[in-house]
Amino acid sequence: MVKKLLSIAFAVILVAACQTGSMNKGGAGANGNYAPGSQGDLATRAGDHVLFDFDSSQITAEARETLAKQAEWLKQYNSANVTVEGHADERGTREYNLALGERRATSVKKALISLGVEAGRLQTISYGKERPAVDGHDEAAYAQNRRGVTTIN
Amino acid sequence: MIVRILTLIAVMMPLSVNAIERIDINRGVVEPMPIAISSFTSESSEGKELGNNITNVITNDLESSGLFRALDKQSFIENITDGRKQPDYPSWRQLSIPALVSGHIINKGSESEIEFRLWDVFLQQQMSGSMLVTKSANWRRAAHMIADEIYKRLTGEEGYFDTRIVYVAESGASKTRIKRLAIMDYDGENHKFLTDGNSLVLTPRFSPESQKILYMSYAKKMPRVLIRDIESGKERVLGDFPGMTFAPRFAPSGNRALLSMAKDGVTNIYEIDIHSMNKKAITNTADIDTSPSYSPDETKIVFNSDRGGKPQLYVMNSDGSNPHRISFGDGRYATPVWSPRGDLIAFTKWGDGTGMFYIGVMRPDGSGERLLASGYIVESPTWAPNGRVITYTKQERGGKSRIHSIDLTGHNERELITPTDASDPAWSPLLK
Repeated sequence: MVKKLLSIAFAVILVAACQTGSMNKGGAGANGNYAPGSQGDLATRAGDHVLFDFDSSQITAEARETLAKQAEWLKQYNSANVTVEGHADERGTREYNLALGERRATSVKKALISLGVEAGRLQTISYGKERPAVDGHDEAAYAQNRRGVTTIN
Repeated sequence: MIVRILTLIAVMMPLSVNAIERIDINRGVVEPMPIAISSFTSESSEGKELGNNITNVITNDLESSGLFRALDKQSFIENITDGRKQPDYPSWRQLSIPALVSGHIINKGSESEIEFRLWDVFLQQQMSGSMLVTKSANWRRAAHMIADEIYKRLTGEEGYFDTRIVYVAESGASKTRIKRLAIMDYDGENHKFLTDGNSLVLTPRFSPESQKILYMSYAKKMPRVLIRDIESGKERVLGDFPGMTFAPRFAPSGNRALLSMAKDGVTNIYEIDIHSMNKKAITNTADIDTSPSYSPDETKIVFNSDRGGKPQLYVMNSDGSNPHRISFGDGRYATPVWSPRGDLIAFTKWGDGTGMFYIGVMRPDGSGERLLASGYIVESPTWAPNGRVITYTKQERGGKSRIHSIDLTGHNERELITPTDASDPAWSPLLK
């Protein structure tokens, strides 16, 4: 029973890691481990993305926990510079969502700075609703797509 | 692309008094006006073929407006053999049509003289006539120009058939969507891709001379507004901004443009001189101010802002003074676009939950809101140059995205045929 639960947890982590969209620089080994300091390592050990509420760029309590782990990770790998991508769900106009994505990316950047990461290591870019994480067209999909993703340059 | 028009003096006829009752295109539901369009005649077989092609395009233009219905040629009694000559009015009157179109083509190899006539069947006189001298290869444009003239004579408003549409052609999976700029005649013909798809591109917008476009590109991972010459393909970044620039739109005079820049979590509106690239901040708030659009006289700007808590429409003077909210209905409003006539503002609207999206119009003071089209996602309205028709992006829940057009009355919704998925249409002015 314990064994089964563990394998479920493992599967969840893998799914989360795949969301990075950085398969080729994820650094995955054959056994599913990631090279230290790689995008995959960040995704599995800290979580490389945080989610936002509808039309909001507020960092939620859950997101703050993830960002605290990201900040720790970034202190460990202090040569890594990152770009924070801001994304929106598709329920808005293209232009408004570009602005919203930028605001979300900035929220993540400011939170990481407040957690001790040097500002000079952090860039931002907004993709608005142009690069969804998941394909669906329902509330579950929208929730996954309203996100800030920390990507290693 | 040069087409000369020589308006023919109506030598054969007494002065026209324009007797046909005009189509009242402001009425809600208009019964299409029946019209007879006789194939343009010619003495050569090449000329006859050209004539048939031109007649087909004129017919398609007029019928696509929803305002005209072309009579089946099988019902014609007179077989017109020279489209320049006065028709046999009594035989056309029997068909109960107010207007007849005829024409004649003299084919001179690479050049053609295309002559057309619009006849008032009841008053028995010529309403309009002109001769276009053009390279034969330009026959489509000649046909659109003739259709515009007929539309103008019979509705009292400028036409919109001799126009082009620039848009974003989409392909591939949603997570890695490929987007390319593409341009086509308003009816989907002469389709051409302008960019190769290596960079994500968004929101192209025509200059008033229809020779240049502004659009947003992610080239070099630097999301910026570019200005591009359509014919030469030459382009450059519009202005030197420290952050992402987007939501561009030309001023009606063409000398300057509006755009917005997002930086440090704040989006403001800037004006930029197309020639000197000098820029000026128009708004300076801690909010999202975007999607600006000038009034035709350039004294006012309508824009989208969330300064009140969620996206709504605001109008301000073009120097940024006196901003005031104009949208007060339920839901969220964005991408306002001022009509070329100045009388209305088109917008996108959607609900807070999982409801529909709408394309609507309201007066510049916010009164008279009307919703014209709806869908899972409809957005990015753009006006026909005569301010009578709007095209927009229509995305289905499955992701399929196409360009649709709808009449200002809310009738005659049509899909523009594009080779791939499509979004972000921008309608050119009437070509010159």
